[in-house]
Amino acid sequence: MKKKRSGVLRPEGPDKLRGLARYVDDLPFPGGLHGATLRSTVPRGRIRAIRFDPDFPWDECVTATAADIPGQNCVALIEEDQPLLADGEVRHAMEPIVLVAHAERHRVYEALGHIHVEYEPLEPVLSMEDALEAKVPVRAPDNVIKRISIDKGDVDGALAGADVVVEGEYRVPHQEQAYIENQGMTARFEEDGTLLVEGSLQCPYYVQKALVRAFALPKEKVRVVQATTGGGFGGKEEYPSMVAGHAALLARKAGRPVKIVYDRTEDMVATTKRHPARVRHRTGLTREGKLVAQDIDVLMDGGAYATLSPVVLSRGALHATGPYECPNVRVRACMVATNTPPNGAFRGFGAPQTLFAAELHWERIAGALKKDALRLRRLNLVREGSETATGQVLHESVGARDVLEAVVRRGRYSEKKREYARWNRSRRHPSWRGIGVSVCHHGAGFTGSGEAFLASRVALALTRKGEIRVLTSSTEIGQGTIAAFTGLAARTLGVPEEWVTIERADTGLVPDSGPTVASRTCMIVGGLVERAAQRLRERILESTGRMPSTRAEMVREARRLCGREPALRVEEQYTHPPEIRWDEETYRGDAYPVYGYGATVVDLEVDRTTFEVRVRRLTTAVDVGRALSPRLVEGQVMGGVTQALGYALLENADYHDGVMQNPQLTNYLIPTALDTPPLDVMIVQRPYSRGPLGAKGVGELPMDIPAPAVAAAVHDATGLLLTELPILPERILEAFSSDPAHRQR
Amino acid sequence: MRGAPETMRVLRPRSPAEAVRLYGRHPEALPLAGGTDVMVSWNAGLLNRRTVLDLSPLREWSRIRRTRAGLVVGALATHARIRDDARVRAAFPLLAEAASVIGAAAIQNRGTLGGNIANASPAGDSFPPLAVYEAVVHTISPDGERRSRFLNVFEGPKATALRPAELIAAVELPFLPKRPTRQIFRKIGTRAAQALSKTVAAGLLWLDGKGRVEELRFALGAMAPTVRRLRTAEAFLAGQRLTPATVDRAVELLGEDVAPIDDVRSTGAYRLAVSRALLGGFLRG
Amino acid sequence: MTRLTVNGRVRVFRGHPFTRLVDVLREGFGLTGTKEGCGEGECGACTVLVDGQPVMSCLVPVCQVEGRRVETIESLGGLERLDPLQKALLEEGGAQCGICTPGMVMTAHAWVRRGGSSRPAAIREALAGNLCRCTGYQHIVDAVARVVRERDRRRGDAKRPSRATSRTARRTGRHR
Repeated sequence: MKKKRSGVLRPEGPDKLRGLARYVDDLPFPGGLHGATLRSTVPRGRIRAIRFDPDFPWDECVTATAADIPGQNCVALIEEDQPLLADGEVRHAMEPIVLVAHAERHRVYEALGHIHVEYEPLEPVLSMEDALEAKVPVRAPDNVIKRISIDKGDVDGALAGADVVVEGEYRVPHQEQAYIENQGMTARFEEDGTLLVEGSLQCPYYVQKALVRAFALPKEKVRVVQATTGGGFGGKEEYPSMVAGHAALLARKAGRPVKIVYDRTEDMVATTKRHPARVRHRTGLTREGKLVAQDIDVLMDGGAYATLSPVVLSRGALHATGPYECPNVRVRACMVATNTPPNGAFRGFGAPQTLFAAELHWERIAGALKKDALRLRRLNLVREGSETATGQVLHESVGARDVLEAVVRRGRYSEKKREYARWNRSRRHPSWRGIGVSVCHHGAGFTGSGEAFLASRVALALTRKGEIRVLTSSTEIGQGTIAAFTGLAARTLGVPEEWVTIERADTGLVPDSGPTVASRTCMIVGGLVERAAQRLRERILESTGRMPSTRAEMVREARRLCGREPALRVEEQYTHPPEIRWDEETYRGDAYPVYGYGATVVDLEVDRTTFEVRVRRLTTAVDVGRALSPRLVEGQVMGGVTQALGYALLENADYHDGVMQNPQLTNYLIPTALDTPPLDVMIVQRPYSRGPLGAKGVGELPMDIPAPAVAAAVHDATGLLLTELPILPERILEAFSSDPAHRQR
Repeated sequence: MRGAPETMRVLRPRSPAEAVRLYGRHPEALPLAGGTDVMVSWNAGLLNRRTVLDLSPLREWSRIRRTRAGLVVGALATHARIRDDARVRAAFPLLAEAASVIGAAAIQNRGTLGGNIANASPAGDSFPPLAVYEAVVHTISPDGERRSRFLNVFEGPKATALRPAELIAAVELPFLPKRPTRQIFRKIGTRAAQALSKTVAAGLLWLDGKGRVEELRFALGAMAPTVRRLRTAEAFLAGQRLTPATVDRAVELLGEDVAPIDDVRSTGAYRLAVSRALLGGFLRG
Repeated sequence: MTRLTVNGRVRVFRGHPFTRLVDVLREGFGLTGTKEGCGEGECGACTVLVDGQPVMSCLVPVCQVEGRRVETIESLGGLERLDPLQKALLEEGGAQCGICTPGMVMTAHAWVRRGGSSRPAAIREALAGNLCRCTGYQHIVDAVARVVRERDRRRGDAKRPSRATSRTARRTGRHR
């Protein structure tokens, strides 16, 4: 374990720091038009008519509706249920219906005000409970997008025989990704008919797939380029396909380049969010606190279309038990459709929702058993050789205990627990203090056989100039892909980092390495980079006997190796290890190749007058196998836990009639520097044999952990168990008022 | 960004007199000071095709002057200037403190006291201090100059009693007759910084030598359509000793002067409970 | 026609006087280093300095900076060279996706230049108007503190208290 700043500096960092990095809205855009989107104002209805004000000078504008789509009217992803533009019917408020482009940015918004849509309103379904009841069918046949069952052992029998059965229900709301750069895309058709889109995105090949379908073009005729991207966190996984489709549709009609950049309100009100969820636990234990049965029910709200919801549900279900070993497990998970804007990917991808429930449930269990929640966790935590709910045996790299013990020690959990109990007895203190802990696992890479299907590819090229180019479609969205791959390639090849360049994510230049999601970039794609670098090294060594040590020598050797070609290219493709087996039908087997582990201790106080919660300190430990760059890992962890603190305490997406009522950063509050406590991050290294240099994923793990620790700490401080996020002062007051038995002020 | 510049007409007076003249000729114009509220609405496309009276060239109105009776804060004094002004901090610390919690530093560098008042948000952070300091608002229009008691400037949320073509020129803060025994400013925001208030309180309390209340002034923001003084509680406590019973009664009476609502930032119940606790805590010392 | 000084050069903007400063910089003068994140004065990505003070350029019509001195991210460092603050941010890991970075750098630059302290709590308060969704702020605060300490060492006045007082300190002294 160490806490040292080392590793590659971001190669793209200096340009970002000087303001030279070009984000989509910074790209030169001569002769282009600005596009904007007219959206539905009702949650569900039939479109009777679309009227354009006759007095408005429409000849200055280009407009497009569903009728203009040359291919299939859908944003192709897992399913093809979501239209690029609503046609005949709208299934959620803020659904795109008409597109407009104009040379002047503000004129385009004016034009939107001169288009009127007449609806025949239909009864909407706005809550997940209503959706499940299916009295009003909004998605055939039963409003269910996806169901997942996980079964292990005999849950009913074990519950009947358990010494104690503890039940609890937990709720989490929508969460907005709130990347600081809004969604944006440019599109143009080149002379040879190629559609070129460039913009803010995580997954260039997802966008390509969607455009191929909507524009009925062959793959080669759709080129997708990532501009410097100002944050994604999952929010730029699927939605950029929609924005790109819109920009392309207008560009096609206009015969000119078109740029669509959302403003903050449109981005917040219309694009995907983290899925709200309700999770119920029924847990059987022995008197000593050993788990004998976990019966878990997960309900998530997918919104109006499937987007990535089936896989979000899957990850949620697979993490629902928490990182514990239990002989009898039943998970019933259900994703329903409602008439609200579709929810989608957000760092953690279903796991933060179910882990909040799993971890906070220990507070209830501890109360029922009158035992300490930390001791109960220690008793049940997975270790090497443990078997998960899907029957996966954890063979290696299981750092669950290490991370827990690390944070308990560093965060002085037990001492503070005693100290705060004393502090809270004095009514003279202006606050109550509390401490909470949580621990979790996060499956690295795609769920189940996902990676086998993706069959990702990566290439390395040695150019005639002696430069090593890494070609992958993994995108830099702030997390440090460029630095990580640069370091990995340089280290494996045995050359200085300055010789390595990461090619930009451009489907015209790089092979499909799969999407930049699921904490897979480092472990899966990084693994391919490492293998390709090894092969390239072998090729160079075969020819030269040793690795060139000067640039001049490298250029000489490179010329020789390249012969007549501009570059010597090696390519690697992912092959799924045969011993990793997964059955999608029965949900049995190895759900993930390996898991990362994280734990956190949250130390906070609650103001006795205002019930405001102030986090005093947050201590986190992560087991990421091997940290390729401790600095980058630390940055990822700090960013992730801060988003999780927002989730726990501040971020309150307020929905009425299926529309977010607070789509501004003024009203939807994310943490500022003053809301964020000093962050203490420890990196535990339990190398994974198949990861590059032993690395596992890191990106999502930190998002999973803090919220339940915050809730546990509030419980410790006030005696109130708040089971719904965010833990707002208003909710603490309400809990006090409705429970007068609790600690008096 | 939905504001359209070329639909806008900008009037840029060089002197207060010219400003008044221009406003008189264009009473439909929208006065613009630091822009921290107006520009947000303009960016959202809500103020296109308007005439704007840009007051920023009027340097005279950004000064803070001392007179025998008090301080006169120019309407265009920024929150940053008020926050950092030694005279304000010495004589009117609650106002300086309020200025330091409005938005973040970049907002304090632009936002002005006059702009804040003209915007008439029910949650204006500087309002409870101005209410307890019993500020006087100087206005000017083609009809001449006028002085109004601070609380009389507001008619409702986002609505003032300013007459057509009337501009706020300055805010006068009369020196307190003597140092208060106790004072409080407290903003309850939705997060630690850069937040709009759920409730905001300012209070001054004078006790006489025998521990009786000589005078209490207590004001709350975001608890009613406009900032409110707790007249009922103030009157009840005058001349009373602060005992558990009288404090409890005063806290109860708080409800006579405010009626907070549920909105996107908080709930009425929370606002009421917290402001009661703040008042109670303040009175108990 | 609006005349202003941008990064030390007198510039003339010939467009409409109500054009926002952020648009004048980005579209009028091609200085795209200044970003727009929200258009509501909330995120701080568009922060530039006017007469040395941080302001949000999405809330400033250009007519209001006539004759004033505007500094943007492009004024710091050079093509091949990073300013000490930029260098510290790079080394500490204070820039991730980079979209908040120019505004953050300008706010921090003003803080360092006008004598802000190296106390983390004071730095956090100074940066509270600049939202970052990637870093959790810690590495940014570390970098700014480091640069302030370097500044103080250079000036040899490390023991002297900083001029800009922390508003946090003042606020914690409030009556409850």
